[in-house]
Amino acid sequence: MSEQTTEMTPTVEVNYADKIPNNVNLSDDRRLQRAMEKWQPEFIDWWKSMGPDGFQDAEVYLRTAVGADPKGWAVFDYVKMPEYRWGILLAPKEEGRVIPFGKHKGEPVWQEVPGEYRSMLKRLLVIQGDTEPASVEQQRYLGKTCPSLYDLRNLFQVNVEEGRHLWAMAYLLQKYFGKDGREEAEALLNRRSGDEDKPRILGAFNEKTPDWLSFFMFTFFTDRDGKMQLESLAQSGFDPLARTCRFMLTEEAHHMFVGESGVGRVIRRTLEKMKEAGITDPNEVDKVRALGGVDLPALQRKVNFHFSVTLDLFGAEVSTNAANAFNAGIKGRYREDRLEDDHQLLNETYPVLRGVDGKLVEVEEPALNAINARLLDDYIKDASAGVNRWNKIFDEFGIDFQITVPHKAFNRRVGEFAEMHVDVAGNVMSEAEWNAQAANWLPSQADEDYLLSLMKPVTEKGQYADWIAPPKVGIDKKPGDFEYVTIES
Amino acid sequence: MISFQTNPAAYQHWELAFEGPVARLRMGVKEDGGLVPGYELKLNSYDLGVDIELYDAVQRLRFEHPEVKTVILESAKERVFCAGANIRMLGSSTHVHKVNFCKFTNETRNSIEDASEFSGQRYLCAINGTAAGGGYELALAADHIMLIDDGNASVSLPEVPLLAVLPGTGGLTRLVDKRMMRRDLADVFCSIEEGIKGQRAVDWRLVDETVVSSQFPEAVKARAEAMASGSDRPSDESGISLEPLGIISSDDERHYAHVDISVDRAGRTAVVLLKGPSTQLPADLATAKQQGCNFWPLALVRELDDALLYLRTNEPEIGTVIFKTAGDSAQVAAYENFLSDHQGDWFIREIILYMKRTLKRVDYTSRSTFAFVEPGSCFYGFLAELLFAVDRSYMLDGQFEDDDTAAPTITLSAFNFGVLPMGNGLTRLQTRFLGESETLEKARSVIGESLLADAAEQAGLVTFALDDIDWEDDIRFLLEERASYSPDALTGMEANLRFAGPETMETKIFGRLSAWQNWIFQRPNAVGEQGALKCFGTGERATYDQKRV
Repeated sequence: MSEQTTEMTPTVEVNYADKIPNNVNLSDDRRLQRAMEKWQPEFIDWWKSMGPDGFQDAEVYLRTAVGADPKGWAVFDYVKMPEYRWGILLAPKEEGRVIPFGKHKGEPVWQEVPGEYRSMLKRLLVIQGDTEPASVEQQRYLGKTCPSLYDLRNLFQVNVEEGRHLWAMAYLLQKYFGKDGREEAEALLNRRSGDEDKPRILGAFNEKTPDWLSFFMFTFFTDRDGKMQLESLAQSGFDPLARTCRFMLTEEAHHMFVGESGVGRVIRRTLEKMKEAGITDPNEVDKVRALGGVDLPALQRKVNFHFSVTLDLFGAEVSTNAANAFNAGIKGRYREDRLEDDHQLLNETYPVLRGVDGKLVEVEEPALNAINARLLDDYIKDASAGVNRWNKIFDEFGIDFQITVPHKAFNRRVGEFAEMHVDVAGNVMSEAEWNAQAANWLPSQADEDYLLSLMKPVTEKGQYADWIAPPKVGIDKKPGDFEYVTIES
Repeated sequence: MISFQTNPAAYQHWELAFEGPVARLRMGVKEDGGLVPGYELKLNSYDLGVDIELYDAVQRLRFEHPEVKTVILESAKERVFCAGANIRMLGSSTHVHKVNFCKFTNETRNSIEDASEFSGQRYLCAINGTAAGGGYELALAADHIMLIDDGNASVSLPEVPLLAVLPGTGGLTRLVDKRMMRRDLADVFCSIEEGIKGQRAVDWRLVDETVVSSQFPEAVKARAEAMASGSDRPSDESGISLEPLGIISSDDERHYAHVDISVDRAGRTAVVLLKGPSTQLPADLATAKQQGCNFWPLALVRELDDALLYLRTNEPEIGTVIFKTAGDSAQVAAYENFLSDHQGDWFIREIILYMKRTLKRVDYTSRSTFAFVEPGSCFYGFLAELLFAVDRSYMLDGQFEDDDTAAPTITLSAFNFGVLPMGNGLTRLQTRFLGESETLEKARSVIGESLLADAAEQAGLVTFALDDIDWEDDIRFLLEERASYSPDALTGMEANLRFAGPETMETKIFGRLSAWQNWIFQRPNAVGEQGALKCFGTGERATYDQKRV
């Protein structure tokens, strides 16, 4: 690792401020510049050891953020990933912005961290920041089994942008949280997804991403959690955080596009195969697998898994921490600015599905304490809309099948339903009953083995693995046989 | 009524597991198992009910498991060690309940340290996740603290920043007095919500070692076994089973085999009568062990312990507690000599240590305490120690008219000069005669002598000797006058007069730390409508009165 660092050292010494794309006047802030100078080589070390395995010398056709203007914020070009220009970019400052919710509603937004909220804010940033490198680590071996150069490029685009999101969080920690913040920024580079001794903070970010269907599911479901969290933080009364998150959301949209279109292409290819072979019953799994397609029941099980694991990321449905963060003006609700209420919620309630005496019961909880429950509901709505777009493909092919998201209490390890056993339809049952049927709901080892067996790399220009359909349009409107990644042999 | 009687089969919150010389005391607090409704015991947070089970477990480990030399204090929950006292419980409790809760938890932590120091049963705390507030204070009671190093687990005392109260279960005191942490670093530690993790926790002396997750269980086991190796507890003896106490109670009476409580509600007094042995002294140690929990000294101390806790918790308006004894001093002497002769045995040692702890509970009783020495009493040796624990003692000089029971005497023994120290580290007689070393020496010279009232008063061993002409009136005045004073002022006065002499960690915990905590518990900044305890969990932030007092 250390020998690779030296490659980057010269760029560190030469006018560093210019080398980091930024719109935060980095060159005027000596203290921050010093801190980032120390952190940057450690980040590159991390990237080289934990980023995509192989491909570090490949030329990848990536977009790079160069500005914060929504119309022209990125340029596309070939770049070697370790030389990607990770930058610090915040959405433009809105003059006269006021804190939009909570106890301080209507007061001018904070440009510095208020002392009384230091700990709370730092914790939020560390948790958010920890997820960014975690997903890169989870996905680091996928390059070896890419279904096409197009998909390989998309994977790397997602990876470098998660890297940039890590930069964004590291920037906030280093600029606004003093010595503590610097230590936390370093710790973000030291934890490792799935490592027993230094795991990432959240459970879902220690799961494996073994195959490309998992990757697409992850970017569709789990990155969507990221979107919800960022949308909530984009409302923050701490303005640098709000601006940072607003810009991150611009990038995050692409990640969900990768997931949604990826799963859509898998469905499309399966349906094409079924149509060609005259299979109309989606449950004829063996026939579909014999054709080398991803059968729809297995796909549904993957949905069940990724959906339920992602719901755990929202934390306890009824939460004191979330109440504190909202009341403090630190973290709002999903699109707070579009909600019509008093934005303080001191006397409001919100219906929360809870486990009471072994039953699922809707309970009116103080709205402040139900912030997480509400965000979870918003997430489910948002994810379900995406799932419905997949379902249109079945209509197109005239196949009677619908992907559904499981009940929110299904397969939970965190929060209200952690101790309960609930099936995909929301029926409460005993642990034994649940275990007996789990294989119908969650991917079995046989499913995983089958998916892995499909994962054969395809790296010829314009070619695609047989289990996935080509995209309708290329990246940056490039033609079908465009060489998105140049792999030197 | 809150009962302190439980047993492992009835535990809701703890599990005990035994692996030869090592026991595991595992905390798995049942969320809906609170003592009263209105709060959920999430994240291994605790209330009095959880601590009653802990106290029971600590006692049973000492008596029922002589083979256990190390106790691993650990959590049954993943990534959570213990979140401390339940905040909603504190927020909704009366002041009286909070104070008594804290006192009992403090006594239990002390009893853990007592086992480590004197019983050859050392505590090892294995922190597998968040140990916050009372959770870390529980760890602080252990001899050795191991913290998992997984980037997540931390120790913290967030009471000041988060709750506007103190880490009052010994936390502040043990940081600087036991762990000998630097006070400036302790100030930092106690001012941040998020606590300290990993190597820094070792560097700051908050824990003894950190171990990565993959090696943590093995390292804990190895450490526990190493700690066990130095113990003098026997490996091959069976324990003494602590059977349920036989208690018969009515509104104003509570009877045990050797202890009777009778309550006078109008006078707001209670008499606690301790009765001497009614059975023959066992011929030898083996017979005493066969008698087990019915062996008189142990039975008596268990009952006294329960009686004190009962009065403290369930009779808050009984302001005065009067201790009396009844029985044959010679029999008491015989039993005490038996204890002396077998002090080296683990079982006898446990009984004497239990006597010591229970007498300390008398010292810490927030009631006026008196002892009356009347005909038929048996204030010998460790029972005479009660005379020096109470605020005042009254001894009848001679006999009561129309009663031919002999005039009472008191007798000192070696037990009054060493094995039953107070929290300040001194014996009660040393504390009593702090400025009179000659009086102390004189007292030592009369060990074994039956002292009549006159001699006892001369020797400074009782407050007043009264003859039967004055007895009735003086006692009535004493009790009526006492009952007319402010309970708060009395508690404060007594607590300040009882502990002359040096400070120890224990006196600081019960004196300085508890007193500040109890004051803060009364203040609007903590318990007012806008106070931190009331706001906790609602998302609303406390509003403080900014005047420094």
